[in-house]
Formats: sequence, structure tokens, C-alpha cells
Amino acid sequence: MEVMLSVLVGVLVAAAVYLMLARNVLRFLFGLILISNAANLTIFTSGRVTEAAPPLIPEGAEAPVGLVANALPQALVLTAIVIGFGLFAFALVLAFRAYDALGTLDSDEMRVAEPVEDTK
Amino acid sequence: MAGHSEVADKGPWARPAGLLPPVLAAALFVLFLGMVPEIADEQVLRWAWDWVPSLGIAITFLVDGLSLTFALLITGIGSLVFLYSSKYLQGHPHFARFMLFIVMFMLSMLGLVLADNLLTLFVFWELTTITSYLLIGFDHSTAKGRRSALQALLLTGTGGLALLAGFILIGNVAGTFELSEIRAQGGVLIESALYLPILILVLAGTFTKSAQFPLHFWLPNAMAAPTPVSAYLHSATMVKAGVYLMARMHPNLGGTDVWLWVLTIAGAVTAVFASIMALKQTDLKQSLAYTTLMALGTLTLFLAADVGYAITAVMTFLVVHSLYKAALFLVVGIIDHSTGTRHVNELGGLARAMPITAVAAGVAALSMAGLPPFIGFIGKEIKYAGALAVGSEPAFVAAAVLVSNALMLAVAGIVSFSPFWRRKHLAEPLNPHEAPWQMLAGPIILAALGALFGIYPELLARSLVNPGVAAILGPDVTPAALKLWAGFNLPLVLSLVTFALGWLFYYYRRGLRTWLIGLGERLPVFDNGWDNVLDGLKALAAWQTRLVQGGLLRRYLFITFATFLVAVAGTIWLKAGPMPALEWPVLQVQHWVVIAIVVAGALLTLTTSSRIAAIAGLGAVGIGVALIFIIFGAPDVAITQLLVETLVVVLFAVAALKLPQLDPDGTKRHRPLDAALAVSIGIGVTVVMLMVTDGPIDRRLTDYFEVTSWPEAFGRNIVNVILVDFRALDTFGEIAVVAIAALSAFALLKGRKA
Repeated sequence: MEVMLSVLVGVLVAAAVYLMLARNVLRFLFGLILISNAANLTIFTSGRVTEAAPPLIPEGAEAPVGLVANALPQALVLTAIVIGFGLFAFALVLAFRAYDALGTLDSDEMRVAEPVEDTK
Repeated sequence: MAGHSEVADKGPWARPAGLLPPVLAAALFVLFLGMVPEIADEQVLRWAWDWVPSLGIAITFLVDGLSLTFALLITGIGSLVFLYSSKYLQGHPHFARFMLFIVMFMLSMLGLVLADNLLTLFVFWELTTITSYLLIGFDHSTAKGRRSALQALLLTGTGGLALLAGFILIGNVAGTFELSEIRAQGGVLIESALYLPILILVLAGTFTKSAQFPLHFWLPNAMAAPTPVSAYLHSATMVKAGVYLMARMHPNLGGTDVWLWVLTIAGAVTAVFASIMALKQTDLKQSLAYTTLMALGTLTLFLAADVGYAITAVMTFLVVHSLYKAALFLVVGIIDHSTGTRHVNELGGLARAMPITAVAAGVAALSMAGLPPFIGFIGKEIKYAGALAVGSEPAFVAAAVLVSNALMLAVAGIVSFSPFWRRKHLAEPLNPHEAPWQMLAGPIILAALGALFGIYPELLARSLVNPGVAAILGPDVTPAALKLWAGFNLPLVLSLVTFALGWLFYYYRRGLRTWLIGLGERLPVFDNGWDNVLDGLKALAAWQTRLVQGGLLRRYLFITFATFLVAVAGTIWLKAGPMPALEWPVLQVQHWVVIAIVVAGALLTLTTSSRIAAIAGLGAVGIGVALIFIIFGAPDVAITQLLVETLVVVLFAVAALKLPQLDPDGTKRHRPLDAALAVSIGIGVTVVMLMVTDGPIDRRLTDYFEVTSWPEAFGRNIVNVILVDFRALDTFGEIAVVAIAALSAFALLKGRKA
């Protein structure tokens, strides 16, 4: 199953990179969301996947009984999802604000910090 | 005294700055003088402190004949120069700063010549570079001062880096950074396969520091510094650091053909070239600067050889040159201070107004010209004897020395005879006057020492020269005897030729100068080449900045991703084993559904020009990922993913209402280059993941969490226990990140125009 997920991650990363290289900041944000998802899947997959039970300990037992999924990457991915969301939300507001102030979403035209005459 | 009250007017440090440095330097001089008897007995004193023991770096100091000679020159001339400066720069607004810099320099230079550990030596070497930079640029309000300071810093700093690389190689080859231990290993460096790189790197350091042709041009420019600095750093001490190091490394790096020829040719060319240039100058200080170059060239020339005569010549000329050159620089400073000009054609007849200066200058110049009974004469005789004794090309070396000595005689006349004794009415009302005693002390004492050592050469030979030669060549080599009258021999004949030739040069100096200036206009100027190099460097920097940092977001991202690709692909190429065999798993319906949802969502987002369609595509991808989590036993993660995905879509939808179309001009651009990069990175990531998941997995942490969740943390959901218990601090950090993002977003929205 890792093979399937690896290929899927590759597809997501390729789409994300292409979108992030676009001039339109909205497309960059789309890419950001896709690459976050791809990263989460990568962490998840590297802990190996099986169609096993969730990592729970039944009543009366001291440890999980039988085969359960790897708990560690799940915990890491949970954190990553939330932080990825925080990043996305902030980036979205930033783009929104940039459009408000500059009247464009084309990153080629956002040249206040590095004006064109500096770069010939 | 009026003078003292003036000093006191310039800030609280002016008075101690005038008094303390000469006293400190004199005290150190006395301290080192006290070591002379022991060193003359060929003893070696050593002190050591561990500095970075784990790296084998210690601060070790060693006093032998060579380092003691330098230490005495540094502190002795230092005390006289400091005394001189207290009057020369009296009332200068930055007088205290100047004295601080020059004392810092003296201590750095002392550290350099006393250090026994190569890395300690390097630290002090760089400290002299920095203090020299500060002193050359002391008059930082002028563009010339700043340029000269920067030029010296960059050139000697670059040489310093080469030197450090050389030292590290030496440390690797010899297994130690202690000079005394390396020396005890004899020819370990010469026999090493790294000998040539070591030699090139070390000589790059010493040649820049001691201004050997063609890296000489910073030294005449360094004369932008106040005259005491020129006398002290750029004549008597710092520029000899390179000579010192070559002498120090002589036992370990010398004795080979490469060493012999590189030093001989560089030294000879520098000496002759500099003497000719010295004759060409009309500024007394510039003239002296070039004669310093000549001295450095001569010292390098003699360090090429490993016979007792040549090394005796090095040690003798080292002392001789420091004595007369410091004296003459100080004299030029007095002339400048008193008349306001250093131009040779404007000066004449100063002896009437400044008799003491005139006599001191004359005595120092006679030593420089190499006339008996001064030490300069002995220095010159021994140079000729040394030149005739070298194994390589005695005729070549002797000719180079002869020409430069004759020119030296002419320059000595120009600098110290003609301004004082030539009959000339000063063009302007310059009102020359005698200098105060603080400024006269230096030239008088140094000139007198030149005469004293000339009459009693044994004094110098026994205390410094012989122990110095022993330090370089080992105790078995007999140094040449220093004598005023060594009999009627070839060196004496060469001396007589020198006098005749030098007098001719002096007599025809005007014609020669005109001819040289005409010749100089047709030759390339190294100083301009320096500007071209710097301009080229700046142009290169500007070009690569425009290329890499063009100010376009997508170009930055492209470079970032391309770098990532190169790093990943390179690592796979270099490190990874064979590609794991691809085993496409047996997929069931739910797998195909998930794949279809995710790929379709990604493709839709990729291709559409509609905002709503793109958001829908993103939502599909998010839901597909959540399904994956469900299938593979991660329901907690799936729930979080679904919640977040919903929020993302809602937020996007709200924002998109106020944002423009994806392709405002209606055309969607195709970007083949970006597509190629994106696909390559996708493939790279897939390959890495396949390789990682093909290997074994380390389950130690998971096992630990599985068996401790209930007994230690009383939780049955292991993922939750990890988040809120084992890694609670991480989760706290995560919450903080989200809170900060929310606050920042709020602040951004609040600052919006209504």
C-alpha cells in the first residue's frame, strides 16, 4: 500500500509545485494547500500503513491487543494538519490584504519591496 | 607648559593617552632587554596555556633569537614612536583613539612574533591586519584614506585566509600546530605530498603582508596614514611580519628548489623595482615607502638561501633597516609638521632652522646609504658577502643587491641631504622651526644606535644577530662575523662600485626622474588594476543578484524548488542503493475510489480558470485524504482533516467573493519549464518515499507509547495520549502557532481601509 500512497503523494507534489510557481497569488495558495496535504500523507506513509484497527487499548488490557496502526505518525500528522491550517489562514488573509492595498493578485506586479529599476 | 593644557582640553583621555603608551612600550622593552643574556646563551623561553584543548589549540609563546629581535624592535621603536605621536598629533580630536589603535597594534604584533602555536599566530596576524586598517583609515574623512585602508585590509586579509588554509594543512601533516614541535620533526613538511600547496598558501600570506611584487601596491598607498604609523607599522614592524614568518618557517619549508627560486625572484624583482620607483617619487614619504619595499624585497631575497652568510645578512639588515628607516620617517614627519610640505622640489636649506633634525637625518641617511662607520655599511658588506655565498645565482643576486643599494644611496641623499643642505630659498613663507624634544628623541636615538652598532658591531652580533641566525638555521651553523673592516675583498669592491653608482644616480636624479615618469606612463599601473578587479567583483555580485534575486516571487520559488530537486536527486544519485522493486499492490474498490477523488481534485484545481471549481477540487482532495486516514486506521486524524478541510473551503469561498478571477485577462498561460520542474520534483518525492518505505522501520518509540499509555498516562486512545501527555509541550506550541496566526490575520484585516 505504501507504493500507492507514494505515487499519490508524487502527483500531489507535482500539482502543488506547478501551482505555486504561478503568478497569481490565489494559485499559489491552492498549491500551498495541496503541498500541506502531500506532506501529511508523507509523514503518515513513512510510519507504514496497514488496514489495521486504530491504536486503541481495549478495556481491561494494558496494551493494544492484536495489530493496530502506528500511533506516532498519526499524532505528528494531527499537529501538522492544524499548523498547516494556521499557515493557510494567515496566507489567505495576507493575499486578501495585498489585493486590497495593491489592487492586484499578480505577484509580478507586487514590486514595492524590490522595485523594478533595481533589477534592470 | 602650554602644550599640556592643550592636550587636556581634548577630552578626559587625551592626557593619559599621551603618557601611558610610551611608558608601557618602554617597560616592555626593558622586560625583553632583560631576556637578552639568556637568549644570547642560545636558550629558548616558552610559556603555554591550554586554550581549546579539545582541538589541540594552545596559546603558547616562545622567545628565541628571532622573536626577541622582533620584540625589541617592536617595543623599542614603539616607545619612541608613541612619544613622538604625543606631540605630532597633539590636539587632534581623535588623539586618544589613535593611541589606543597603535597600542593595540603593538600588542598584536608582539603576540604574532612570540606565538609558538600556528593558530595563535594566525589570530595575532589578523589582529595586526585589522589595527593596520584602522590606522591607515585614521583620517577617514578623505576618500583616499578610506580606499587605502580598504585596499590594505582586503589584500592582506585575503593573504591571511590563504595563510590559515596553509596552517591547517601544516597541522594535518605534522599532527601539531606547535612551531617548536613541527621544527623538531625536521623535513616532515618538505617530504609531504602537500608541500607545494602548503608553500603556495603560506607564501600568499607572507607576500601580501610583506608587499612583495606584484602584490606590493597597497604599501605606498598605506602612506595615507599619519607619519608615525608609516614609521612604525609600514616600515619597522608590521610589513616585516611576512619576513618574520618566512624566517620562522625557513627550517620547515626552506631548502627546496621551489623555495629558493620563488623567494629569489620575487625578492630581487621587488627590490630593484622598488628602488627605481623610489627615485621617481617627489613626495619624501612616498620615496621612503618604496625604499621600504626595497628592504622587504632584499630580506625575502636572502631568506631564499640557507647559508650562514645570507641569514646573517637577513638578521643584520632587519635591524639596520628598522633603525634608519623609522628615524627617516620620523624626520619626514618633522619636516611636514614644520613646513607643511613633503615635496622634494619645494624644500631646501632647512638645516639652519632645524639643526638637530638635520644632523639626526644625516646620520640615519649615512647608515641607509651604507657608508662607514655606520651599521648600514656593515649591513651592506654582509649583504654582498651573503649574495656571493648563495648557491643559486650569485651574480644575479649580487647584481640585484648592487643596483638596489646604489639607488638606496641616491634616495638617502634625496630624502635627508637635499631638504636640509641644498641651497634654496623656500618658495612660500614656510617658517620652519625645530621640533619639540619628544619628536626629536626618536630620530636622535635611532640614528645614534646606527652609529653605535657600526662602531661596536659585536654588541649587535652577540645579542641578537647570532641567536637569530641560530633560531633560523640551527645552532650548528656559524653566522658570519660583523666587522667594519673585513679586509680588501670582493664585497668591499662592490661597496665602492655602489658608492660611485649611487652618487651618479643622485647627481643625475632630476633627469632620471623625468625619464622614469615618462616611462611609467607607458607601463601598466597595478593600482588601477586593483580598481578594475574590485569593479569586476561588484559587477559580478550585481549580476548574480539580478539573476537569483530578481524580485519576482515566482523566480525565488523556482530557484528554491530547483535547489531542492538538485539536493534530492543528487543524494539519490550518490547515496542510494539499487531501486526497490516496484510491487503494485492489489487494489480494492475503496482504494480506486480514493485515488480517483484525489487525482481528479488535483487535476481540476490545476486546470480550471474558475475560482469555485478550484475550491471544489481542493475540497475533493481534502476529503480523499481524509478517506485514506479512515481506511488505514486513523479515525482521529480523519476527523481533524475533515474539519479543517471544511474550514478551508468556507474561508476560501468567503474570500474569493472579494477577489478577482484567476485569469483576469481571460487567457491561461502554459508554463512548460515550470511543469517540467514540478513533474521532476513529484517523481523525486515518490522515489524517496519508495526507498524509505522499502527499508526497515524503527518502531521503538511506537512500542514505548503502546505499552506506557495506559499504565503511566491512563489513556486508552494512544494518539490522544501522545498529543496531550507525552508531547504536551509540542501541542501547546501548536496552539500558540494557531493563536498567533489568528491574531496576525485579525490585525491585517483590522488595518484595512474602510
